[in-house]
Amino acid sequence: MEKERSKLIIRKIFNRNFIKALPFGKGWDGLLFAVLLFPVWLLLYLNLERITDLLIFSLIDLTPKTHLTDAVWFFVFEVPKVLLLLTLIVFIVGIIRSYFSPERTRKMLGGKKLFAGNVSASLLGIVTPFCSCSAIPLFLGFVESGVPLGVTFSFLIAAPMINEVALVLLFGLFGWKTALLYMSTGLLIAMFSGFIIGRLKLERFVEPWVYQVKAGHLEMEEERIPFSQRITAGYDAVKEIVSKVWIYIVIGIAVGAGIHGYVPENFMAGLMGKSAWWSVPAAVLLGVPMYSNAAGIIPIVQALLEKGASLGTVLAFMMSVIGLSLPETIILKKVLKLQLIFIFVGIVAVGIIIVGYLFNLIY
Amino acid sequence: MLNIKVLGSGCANCVNLEKLCREVVTENTIEAEIEKITDYKDIMSYGIMNTPGLIINGKVVHSGKLPTKSTLTHWLMNALANQ
Repeated sequence: MEKERSKLIIRKIFNRNFIKALPFGKGWDGLLFAVLLFPVWLLLYLNLERITDLLIFSLIDLTPKTHLTDAVWFFVFEVPKVLLLLTLIVFIVGIIRSYFSPERTRKMLGGKKLFAGNVSASLLGIVTPFCSCSAIPLFLGFVESGVPLGVTFSFLIAAPMINEVALVLLFGLFGWKTALLYMSTGLLIAMFSGFIIGRLKLERFVEPWVYQVKAGHLEMEEERIPFSQRITAGYDAVKEIVSKVWIYIVIGIAVGAGIHGYVPENFMAGLMGKSAWWSVPAAVLLGVPMYSNAAGIIPIVQALLEKGASLGTVLAFMMSVIGLSLPETIILKKVLKLQLIFIFVGIVAVGIIIVGYLFNLIY
Repeated sequence: MLNIKVLGSGCANCVNLEKLCREVVTENTIEAEIEKITDYKDIMSYGIMNTPGLIINGKVVHSGKLPTKSTLTHWLMNALANQ
């Protein structure tokens, strides 16, 4: 009975349709549903290790302590764990984000001077909904309404780098310390890079037409959104984000499981370990062109960490994968001259490298 | 005759929104003209900061997300009634 049930639950989590079949968009019913679902979530999350043991050793009856068992156990345990965490966090973040529209963020940043502006822009970058496809209208909207260039950059660095998917994966696979470390160092990089860009007075490298843009005054009423609608926003976020990234997470964890089971201990020490001084810049160089696989890369990197890669190198790699992306810089080419793009990427990359060395030094 | 403008340059949801508009318009046999605006200067002139944006008869109705089909139908029907 018990086995059957746990098998069914796991299958349901794997099944994308399960997420789609939830009664989304029902306002207060949605809240009730979430409240009722939470104990189930908690029970599942807290017993995941036991369920996995049950599945692996009793149901499929694998011999303990072999490479294959290690790999399979890792996969069967980590996939539902990360997906469970992701669903919960994305739901909560979706509700929080409904309070922060880009328009409101812009208003908050309008009168801010340098540094105070950089700090608030970085913080707002975390909670304001952002998609790199909207980077241009957002950039134009900020600059047009008088938000300083450096402050705008702080926002543009923090918003993609510190996102809920990355934080959930870091928390789930590395623990809360690494997640917190990632978030705080990411914030620092966003603040200081934006501050430096502001200080360098690089406005001449912005395409001139940007300053001629006259944004229309938006007459959309600042309506008060009822809380039930914010719940719906939470469900929408879950539907949108989980259905998009789950496949990367599954693939990433599968590769991670392979590494976990088969790659020998300390294999990565020479390549990504502390002793290899060049590993930090190399990790950043490698990380910049990669983007869309951020969800898949973190589980792989986590497995590498276990095999002797050092935390600083790993952190630098992840930051450059998530924070600096080729597609985004190509998009920004429409509003920025090449010089400014290079300066922007350069400053952020240097910041990431410093963070990488720092953590290699501390740990 | 409705005038529908979809604001956005190339993002996945912008393409989807235009598709969805065409779908709703054909299914409900609404007389409408659908335009896709991709130039950023024009997009900004409507004051939105998130694409896709949806303009019906010159009024910003929505921005930043893909609406559901029923919501979009509702907006279009409303606009028709208010003409």
